[in-house]
Amino acid sequence: MLLNEWLNTPAGSKTESGYPFAFLDQGAKKEIRRSILKAVAIPGYQVPYGSREMPIARGWGTGGIQITLSLIKQDDILKVIDQGCDGSVNAVNIKKFIQAVARVALTNDTVEATVIQTRHRIPEETMTSEQILVLQVPYPEALREVEASEAETRRMHAEADYSRMWLHLYEDIVNYGEITISYRYPVTINKRYIMDPSPIPRWDVPKLHMAETLFLFGAGREKRIYAIPPHTPVEPLEFEDHPFRVEDFSGKSCQRCGATDTFLDEVIDNEAGGRTYCCSDSGYCDKRSAIWNR
Amino acid sequence: MEPLIRVRGLSKRFGKGCEQCLNCTGPLYDTNLCPHCGSVVACNDVSFDLFRNEALGIVGESGSGKSTLVRLLNFEWEASGGTVELHRSALADTLPELFAEQSLYSRNLLGLTSFQKRQIRNALIGIVYQNPFLGLRMNISSGGNIAERLLGAGWRNIARMRERAAELLDKTEIPVERMDEPPRNFSGGMQQRVQIAKALSNNPLILFLDEVTTGLDLSVQARVLDLIRTLRSEYKLSLLVVSHDLGVINLLCQRTMVMKHGQVVEAGLTDQILQDPQHGYTQLLVASQL
Amino acid sequence: MGYVAVKGGNEAIEQACQLFAWERMKGSSRAVGVDQIRDQLYLAVDRIMGEGSLYAPDLAALSFKQAAGDTFEAAFMLRAYRATQPRLGYSQPVNTEEMRIVRRISSAFKDIPGGQLLGGTSDYTLRLLDFELLENDEARRNAFRERLFAHLPASEEIPASFPKVIHILRREGLLDESGAQPPGSDPFDITRQSLTFPASRSAALQSLARGETGGMLALAYSSMRGYGNIHPTLGELRVGYVPLTMAHPVSGAPYTVGEVKVTEAEVLARFEGADGMPRFTLGYGLCFGQNELKAISMAVLDRCTRTAQPACPAEDQEFVLYHIDGVESMGFCNHWKLPHYVDFLSDLDRLRKAQQVARQSAPEEENHAAE
Repeated sequence: MLLNEWLNTPAGSKTESGYPFAFLDQGAKKEIRRSILKAVAIPGYQVPYGSREMPIARGWGTGGIQITLSLIKQDDILKVIDQGCDGSVNAVNIKKFIQAVARVALTNDTVEATVIQTRHRIPEETMTSEQILVLQVPYPEALREVEASEAETRRMHAEADYSRMWLHLYEDIVNYGEITISYRYPVTINKRYIMDPSPIPRWDVPKLHMAETLFLFGAGREKRIYAIPPHTPVEPLEFEDHPFRVEDFSGKSCQRCGATDTFLDEVIDNEAGGRTYCCSDSGYCDKRSAIWNR
Repeated sequence: MEPLIRVRGLSKRFGKGCEQCLNCTGPLYDTNLCPHCGSVVACNDVSFDLFRNEALGIVGESGSGKSTLVRLLNFEWEASGGTVELHRSALADTLPELFAEQSLYSRNLLGLTSFQKRQIRNALIGIVYQNPFLGLRMNISSGGNIAERLLGAGWRNIARMRERAAELLDKTEIPVERMDEPPRNFSGGMQQRVQIAKALSNNPLILFLDEVTTGLDLSVQARVLDLIRTLRSEYKLSLLVVSHDLGVINLLCQRTMVMKHGQVVEAGLTDQILQDPQHGYTQLLVASQL
Repeated sequence: MGYVAVKGGNEAIEQACQLFAWERMKGSSRAVGVDQIRDQLYLAVDRIMGEGSLYAPDLAALSFKQAAGDTFEAAFMLRAYRATQPRLGYSQPVNTEEMRIVRRISSAFKDIPGGQLLGGTSDYTLRLLDFELLENDEARRNAFRERLFAHLPASEEIPASFPKVIHILRREGLLDESGAQPPGSDPFDITRQSLTFPASRSAALQSLARGETGGMLALAYSSMRGYGNIHPTLGELRVGYVPLTMAHPVSGAPYTVGEVKVTEAEVLARFEGADGMPRFTLGYGLCFGQNELKAISMAVLDRCTRTAQPACPAEDQEFVLYHIDGVESMGFCNHWKLPHYVDFLSDLDRLRKAQQVARQSAPEEENHAAE
């Protein structure tokens, strides 16, 4: 989707539900788009914006939804996932809402989608420069772990005063031999800001680095938008002698499609505690198992 | 020899302030309180030089302004007036923007942004407080406290940081096995020594010591003071030693300033001041303590 | 066995919504009318309007019915509806002296010009259950109405307006007004811009006005009980109807568009000498409908968060304003019920690794002990 097209989208005609196209009024769309542009211009900087009330509860993806609604056009193809799965309750609920206000085509196929909204996972199939990934963010502030006050964390970002964050990681290593942060692993973006990549697992963090696609992060309740533009360095915080590591799935494979290179959900099979593993990315798993099981 | 730091006309006022404040307070008026506007003048037009590799003492009672002086120089509080300039040899390579072409001294450090002040503090200054809770993070390990400055300076190797922390703990006579314990569990004397280790971690040129032995047992005091003396000569540090105790000043400092009600009333070689005090207040101090 | 299909999520949600609606309809009782809720459960309606930040009694009653009595959900629905309504403009500043009084009291003075008017309040009721209300006896209701109006003494004319108690203090120079916004300045709009700190007075008051009653009460209580330092006295509490005027879009002349019922509380607190002269400081609370707990809590919190040196959470402006919005807090609390299994798996991985590391170092210690 090109910027010119985007800006020239005519004032929306209403859908059957009586709301403007994509629910948000023109003023809201304009403000959110401007916030997105500012976020893209300053990678990793949390842009405060006037987050609108949605018919979906705060904490349930209103930030991601507002971004998607302000970007989406009639000819877009939308995919929504939660924990990697198209059929998960949060994803289904969001699709219901967006369909009611914006009748766009839906898909479960990462490759087919033009806009993907996600909660806590990045799809396994690498996305292109023609696609946008919108991530739902509960905690936009990476430094919240070491500092409760918003006024103080804003100052820390402004002055690149990050030693307390690094100290937190040092203490982890001293106490546990490892950095214990699992999801929301802090990264340095564009060699300047420390950023929270949202609760994606470590597995997905490397996908953010020098990527082709645009990543947009929306925190509705906290009222912040931030972005990783394409081709931006995104480096997890690590030490020379304690490098960043992703989750360990060695020896395991998806029992449905056989994959050994995806993030696997652990399913407790029976009362005895037996485990099976399945791809968290259900759309990808569907494709693979269709081939595997032929 | 040129001084490392030049302080001129340093003042700090708490409250509304008026034009009369500096003229109506001080030792001549026997008060810090401005009679016109009720402001407290904690530091009143203080000027001095600090040279490399020397220890300068600041002595006075509470309310004299000596601790305020240190907080101002450590950029913790905003000064109400005055200049603080650094000699070129100190930071010209790392922070060239502070020095005008060919100028021997920097711009007024008090007018810099908080980002710049923090850079200077990290590169140049270490501080040890009377109350270890001010200088240390009690929920973080002692090694972590020392590592914080290193991390701020960009160190990214755990093993090397722990090596450096161990080295400093050793120098400050703290058992290295206790590196991963938080200082909250340590004795008062040990906490002070952790503060010293932390203050030295970034190889500062200047160390501020604010009543560091006040409140400690005499034997513990002696040990800490001895350590400071040894470290000073080993690292060729400049010290600014604040104390109300003339014994401490005598032990550590070649030169001394006496402060009363925010102003410097007497300054000179420590020996001379203690043996032959000129100002009435200094005479009182010496007579009561020594 | 194998793969647990998380398909059918769509259907599960649909059925859950249906079942929720069914829960309220399944009994043998008659459907409750929106008019009944509006008239007889009016305090819930008032609370919902305040927290939903929309003055619409019928819609508030509707949302309360639809939410089966859950005030968080009901307020949420009103907020969502509000977000879809076009913004027509701002009213002129409301002068609460023009209030059509329903209730008006002051604790700071024994008697005040215009008098203490208790109005209809539960304050002095004995909290004994009235078992006669178990019956829906229309005859009893009518008899009560007749009895009430039958033997009323000749009433005095209630004045059209009552002077504000704080004006008395203001006239005598006893009130500190350094917190006031300059007149004629535009209000901040918290629905269009996000808060930054320190927040302006209008931004803070807007946030408090739409805050959740219980949350605000808890924080205000912590201050009153001793964590705070302000020692409040209720200068004046008013409940009544205030006229709303707007500037005519063409002529600019003011014209009245209607009236809204509000509760206003003004709390006087320990004096501070901002300009050297000690004065009382004012805490201000205002909310839709009759909601006295909220108005008083709001006034206390307004005053607390303007303390120069916060010494407890209720005095920390950031802490208070971030945590009193019911729609935000309820949404986030509920969100923990969403699937978090990927996050959790990532955590499991970390924990297993950390246990591995702990086990590796343990045998060494055992060896040392043995030596």
